[in-house]
Amino acid sequence: MSSNFGSMPLRYRVTIDREQCMECGRCIENCSYGVFRRDGDRILVNSRKCTACHRCLTYCPRDAIMLQEQPCDYRSHPVWTRTVRESIYNQARTGKIILAGMGSVANLPIIFDHLMLDACQVTTPPTDPLREPVEIRTYLGKKPSKLDLRQKPNGDVELATELAPNLMVETPILLGHMSFGAISLNAHISMARAAQEVGTYMGTGEGGLHPALYPYQDRMIVQVASGRFGVNIDYLERGAAIELKLGQGAKPGIGGHLPGEKVSKDVSRTRMIPEGSDAISPAPHHDIYGIEDLPQLVRSVREATGWKKPIFAKIAAVNNNAENVAAVARSGVDAIAIDGFRGGTGAAPRVFRDHVGIPIEVAIATADKELRKQGLRNEVSLIACGSIRESADVMKAIALGADAVYIATAALAAMGCRVCGNCYQGLCPWGIATQRQDLVDRLNPDVASKQVANLIHAWTLEMTELIGAAGINSIESLRGNRDRLRGYMLDEGLLEILDVKSVGA
Amino acid sequence: MAKQVTIDAKGVHYTPLNQQIRKAIEDGASEVIVDNVLGQRFIGNGLRGNTTIRVNGVAGGDLAMFMSGPTVIVNGNAEHAPGNTMDSGKVVIHGSAGDAVAHSMRGGKVFVRGDIGYRGGIHMKQYETQRPILVVGGSAQTFLGEYMAGGLLIVLGLDGVMKAREIGSGIHGGEIVIRGDVDDACLAAGAKKVLLTDEDRARIAPVIREFAGDFGLDPEPLINAKYTRIVPASARPFAGKYTWE
Repeated sequence: MSSNFGSMPLRYRVTIDREQCMECGRCIENCSYGVFRRDGDRILVNSRKCTACHRCLTYCPRDAIMLQEQPCDYRSHPVWTRTVRESIYNQARTGKIILAGMGSVANLPIIFDHLMLDACQVTTPPTDPLREPVEIRTYLGKKPSKLDLRQKPNGDVELATELAPNLMVETPILLGHMSFGAISLNAHISMARAAQEVGTYMGTGEGGLHPALYPYQDRMIVQVASGRFGVNIDYLERGAAIELKLGQGAKPGIGGHLPGEKVSKDVSRTRMIPEGSDAISPAPHHDIYGIEDLPQLVRSVREATGWKKPIFAKIAAVNNNAENVAAVARSGVDAIAIDGFRGGTGAAPRVFRDHVGIPIEVAIATADKELRKQGLRNEVSLIACGSIRESADVMKAIALGADAVYIATAALAAMGCRVCGNCYQGLCPWGIATQRQDLVDRLNPDVASKQVANLIHAWTLEMTELIGAAGINSIESLRGNRDRLRGYMLDEGLLEILDVKSVGA
Repeated sequence: MAKQVTIDAKGVHYTPLNQQIRKAIEDGASEVIVDNVLGQRFIGNGLRGNTTIRVNGVAGGDLAMFMSGPTVIVNGNAEHAPGNTMDSGKVVIHGSAGDAVAHSMRGGKVFVRGDIGYRGGIHMKQYETQRPILVVGGSAQTFLGEYMAGGLLIVLGLDGVMKAREIGSGIHGGEIVIRGDVDDACLAAGAKKVLLTDEDRARIAPVIREFAGDFGLDPEPLINAKYTRIVPASARPFAGKYTWE
């Protein structure tokens, strides 16, 4: 069916500086989208295929390639933006729901950027992290509400309280759930090695566990989502912890859908579905139709694994976040990951990604407040996720009440991802969001794992300095410590919800 | 040497009860008889091997969830989701069962002599040699075979009229075989009726024979009965819904 729209204005224009170019063809080899081709001794450009992934620029030995975003203006209009107009053209042509890759692009204020961290001056001196130890290690899981001790015959005292299983993390930065299928095996291996190196954990996502990851299984949090792909007793027993995925920040309230063309032989093996078949994850878990069914699933997983592993649940941040968190805490889980409305995704309907949910800053603050109000805060750890971009975001999330964070897009960027948002095409030239073997081979796990570990290490160093400057000496002292935050240009209502004072107060 | 262990479940919470069952299997029991079961959940969860567990009483929710190998025979009814995300093995229920029977089941067999509740066989899926089979002797409720991605689901309707509507909503693999006619109005979007061929009949005959054997029924009239076969209208029911940015 044709339309009268013709071709849309270019999103990007790629140009080659002909004086610099030596026609080596590296751009042709590197661009998996087919922007470049050779015609005799000349390299021709088809800018329409460009995704701004920067692979060609990176590998051009002469810096001859330049990229320009939106080279063609529309008539500027504050209401009828380019995005709005182009969505209309798309839907008028197709009559379908628009899917998009990666997290929200809605240009909304970022609360983290309006929260300032504290530092000590004369009334309290800062702690010197070079000299005094700052405790970054933390434990995720249930903490007892009280401790019972008993005396041994020799007079020593020992703990009588039975402790629930916890995950010890050397840094409160975990690698969030992205499935094998959405990303490549080499990306998974790189992150798993990084998690092992820095002493943290990595989420499998809903794609099962590839045998190549078995050596790192003690560092994996295995996910059980509504499609139950790749889930069997072997998988549950391998993980260090098990996460029940109930929601995702990029698409709260709906399920997921891995199209058949991404279900390669290897992906089919870990998901345990036939090659080339669609993998549909329904919106709810169909064995959870009410609040009383969630404890049943939590306990079922516990019974199956002998009550030895922490159970996490992940939910999307939505309006009644406090009630959701309290309900999940009462279901008996050990940790709750809350995914804010900027959370990433391989693909989500644009309308959900950009319009549904609430910010992670608010969700963590209200969750922490509600759990304390109900006397449940020690029953669960809270993990903040959904566009944690730098160490300052980690600090702020913890000060608002989180125990730790999940990072995902940041970890992809550490492996080379340019956040071009074309994950769904399956042609990622960086070897990350693809299953094409020649592209996957471009990502060397020896190199990429080091980069991810470097990033976590660098953020952890920065946090050590920030914590010391704030005059405290541990992550545990920062948790929920809102006095270490001040709101800058936030309205009174929001400050009250965050339970944070204004700058100057 | 067959080793039989009997456990009295009267008044025992499910966690110690399941620990006793697990212990009996670890100690080499080939048959575990659990008497006086009254709603204890998670029996058989995550168990491996080829033990037979006989449950005398009413089994609670998520019976045999994640189970990989054993046979569970329930002399009574079973609650919510028996066979949930089951990998292999067999569940035989001599009564009826609740909602979401065989939810996301990947392999093995679940046989229910009586009726099942809503969403029976939801999201059953198959992989290579693993192909789950759910057979219901009585009736099934609405949303039967929803999101079904693989396997075989048979409803025999032995005790009267079949109640399910919205059959096969979002089905994209596997097959639903129902004894007798099914009104077109009872099919959900994405499901279609096809003729049961002689080949199909030959394929399901051993399953019906096994079911009849387990419950002491005469298999021949069931094998030769008239069936309606329901399959996906498309392997990709949602492919036409989306466009890319």
